[in-house]
Amino acid sequence: MPNANTAAANKQELLQQLQDLLPVGAVLSEPEDLRPYECDGLSAYTRLPLAVVLPESVTQIQHILRLCTRLGVPVVARGAGTGLSGGALPHEHGLLLSLAKFNRILELDPRRRLARVEPGVRNLAISQAAEPHGLYYAPDPSSQIACTIGGNVAENSGGVHCLKYGLTVHNIQQLKIVTAEGELLTLGSTALDAPGYDLPALMTGSEGMLGIIVEVTVKLLPKPERAQVVLAAFDDVARAGRAVGEIIAAGIIPAGLEMMDRLAIQAAEDFVHAGYPRDAEAILLCELDGINAEVSALILQVREILLASGATEVRSARDEAERARFWQGRKAAFPAVGRIAPDYYCMDGTIPRKRLPEVLQGISELSREYGLAVANVFHAGDGNLHPLILYDANRPGELERTEAFGARILELCVAVGGTITGEHGVGMEKIDQMCVQFQPAELEQFHAIKRAFDPHGLLNPGKAVPTLHRCAEFGAMHVHGGRLPFPELERF
Amino acid sequence: MRDHDATEQLQQRVRAAVASRTPLCITGSGSKTFYGREPVGEPLSTRAHRGIVNYEPTELVITARSGTPLVEIETTLAAQRQMLAFEPPHFGPQATLGGTIATNFSGPRRPHAGAARDFVLGCRLINGRGELLHFGGEVMKNVAGYDVSRLQCGALGTLGILLEVSLKVLPRPAREITRVLELDPAAALQHLHRWACLPLPVSASCHVDGRLYLRLEGSAEAIEAASATLGGDTLEATTLWHEIREQQHPFFADERPLWRLSLPSDTPPLSLPGQWLYEWGGSQRWLLSTAPAEDIRAAAHQAGGHATVFRRGDRQQAFQPLPATLLHYHRRLKQAFDPHGLFNPGRLYPEL
Ligand SMILES: Cc1cc2nc3c(=O)[nH]c(=O)nc-3n(C[C@H](O)[C@H](O)[C@H](O)COP(=O)(O)OP(=O)(O)OC[C@H]3O[C@@H](n4cnc5c(N)ncnc54)[C@H](O)[C@@H]3O)c2cc1C
Repeated sequence: MPNANTAAANKQELLQQLQDLLPVGAVLSEPEDLRPYECDGLSAYTRLPLAVVLPESVTQIQHILRLCTRLGVPVVARGAGTGLSGGALPHEHGLLLSLAKFNRILELDPRRRLARVEPGVRNLAISQAAEPHGLYYAPDPSSQIACTIGGNVAENSGGVHCLKYGLTVHNIQQLKIVTAEGELLTLGSTALDAPGYDLPALMTGSEGMLGIIVEVTVKLLPKPERAQVVLAAFDDVARAGRAVGEIIAAGIIPAGLEMMDRLAIQAAEDFVHAGYPRDAEAILLCELDGINAEVSALILQVREILLASGATEVRSARDEAERARFWQGRKAAFPAVGRIAPDYYCMDGTIPRKRLPEVLQGISELSREYGLAVANVFHAGDGNLHPLILYDANRPGELERTEAFGARILELCVAVGGTITGEHGVGMEKIDQMCVQFQPAELEQFHAIKRAFDPHGLLNPGKAVPTLHRCAEFGAMHVHGGRLPFPELERF
Repeated sequence: MRDHDATEQLQQRVRAAVASRTPLCITGSGSKTFYGREPVGEPLSTRAHRGIVNYEPTELVITARSGTPLVEIETTLAAQRQMLAFEPPHFGPQATLGGTIATNFSGPRRPHAGAARDFVLGCRLINGRGELLHFGGEVMKNVAGYDVSRLQCGALGTLGILLEVSLKVLPRPAREITRVLELDPAAALQHLHRWACLPLPVSASCHVDGRLYLRLEGSAEAIEAASATLGGDTLEATTLWHEIREQQHPFFADERPLWRLSLPSDTPPLSLPGQWLYEWGGSQRWLLSTAPAEDIRAAAHQAGGHATVFRRGDRQQAFQPLPATLLHYHRRLKQAFDPHGLFNPGRLYPEL
């Protein structure tokens, strides 16, 4: 460990060299300038970095990384900072590398249906640029007005349309990355595949641990001739869950299939007046798209399935404006819940769909146990749950209780054969739950992959993959009397 | 053969190989032995390790052991009106799931639905230290840890011995027809591009012998509307797609080396000597040619793609060479999984 004096001297040297490399104003080191970068969308964790850098060119990023490798300084990448797992939380002895200035769409090729963009381009900006050509970029996280494509790749983000159109990994074709050692690599290609290992797949969802993404080529899809959304109300959450399975069993893959429970419905309704039935225990939003005649036929079929599954009400959006409103309610669900409680904590487990009723039951029991309310929002089609735990950070001990509750939810997801994170990433937040999901040899394999790209462990250190030491400590405190959480559940 | 879990035997074999530093040549049924660089090492067959472990039609997931015949998987899915949407080529009656994933081979629906790698949700494998590892799972979305499962796709077994793979499956389309149009290659590419920008239910395309074939699938309404847009004639029942996928179409019966060119779809016809068959909207082009490998590689590279010696030809140079820095990270990754270089050494590149 360096002592305080050498640390200060190193900081001076680092800042001096960064200033030599970068334009004026691209290196921030005064505490008040660092403050806006102290957290991402998970505001419970805050930390100031040594400095923030705002490079403008790939060459500058290469120089920064070579310098950091030489001086042994950690680097944390940051897109828009909307991440919900603390992935972009700064490192106290490291640089925060913001990609905010990489905000240009470099090329939009309607013939190849590709857009080549810088990593700081916002998700929605791509679809907006493609719109005049009748094309769009399919993955649509609810944060799409703000989050960046670089962040989307780093998290393998999904959206309400990924049941049919896939996640980020299915919709990107080529990446350019800069490695910790400052090498620029092109992964994938503008053809459908590339020779060698599938490194775009490895890089997608790697949470800034394996390289800095400096360019992304995404696929664009033709907009469907028609998209129509059906809203179904249920007086029982489990029944709504079963209806989801019935739709899929009928051989229908909706463009989107989302579910909200009573608390989430009411919060969304109060916030955006989406036209949801306030008295329902659950609603399903089912979007069907394709050619006109096909969509009409599917709507009839889905209506029947929903009614047969016990829906108390089924209605289709009457026009495009109503369709947009239905979706707006869903996409605004997080901020809407944010209005009914001082704070909320968003979970992101994924489970096999058929286990939904028992997991919901488990969550409501835990809710009673911890004395904290939960609003549930799901990507029901693909089993991705977003329980939102309502709490008040100003009440002593409540944040800790909330985190403990959240951890229990994730462990429940693992116990039914699911995962601790569907789309928000592990980051800092779920690092201990990784010990529940993976065995030591698997974690060791992850570390070996990390070393292959980042031998000195400088990119986003301490995130995403726990050390075995950390897991041992976590296990010691967690497994009471040799019992695992949820011993009553069958294990996978 | 019956369902059988041979994990333990396979793990013991790997441990013995680690101890004696014996390279292993991983095979399923051997249907894809022709592919890639010359296999070397002591044969290790996955065929005894077979059986569908879990299939949940309403979860859209199937999990099977790597030695399970593809035919068995496809028959099981078909009974529930589901399918492997990437339509894998078998290249042999006993083709296994493991080989399909290791080669990442995908059939005619590839540009419309995705490749094998797009459907992989999780896997179990043995790494080069003889450890049993499990990544991903049976759920549709999972970002816990690096995506090791997808990384196995196309790695030709060089990163581990696949034991089990979980795949997303999809409903079979209600109906399909094939349209055929008389067009030369350049005009066919033009048309394909125009149509690709429209929301049409095209699920396969192929140009051969002056004809463009398009498969449409979906509801009757969708097919009818699209047929009107495309023009041409309808082929009601055809084995064309199967023949193309399995390379049983007369085009493939030839003595010349068979090259696979993977190109940006709008690449104009390349002026290389030989005979062409286009698939995947122009993104996958088969070339029968005796032209020098360097010429074919240079033309593919210049167009932004790559070329593979698929059958015959000089298999020791099967794949387009990687840039030096990229190869460097490939080697480090290989080291991370297989530190003693035991799995299919040299099958993909001499250095891996
Ligand atoms: C209201 C709200 C709704 C949301 N809804 C969804 C949703 O529907 N689906 C979903 O998947 N997510 C959702 N999210 C989460 C979040 O928006 C996504 O994870 C998003 O992809 C993060 O993008 P970002 O640009 O903000 O990345 P950041 O938060 O800045 O960074 C996220 C991670 O990526 C790394 N990173 C960022 N840029 C790069 C780069 N160029 N190179 C390497 N690493 C990089 C960071 O180090 C960090 O680990 C939501 C968040 C909020 C606040």
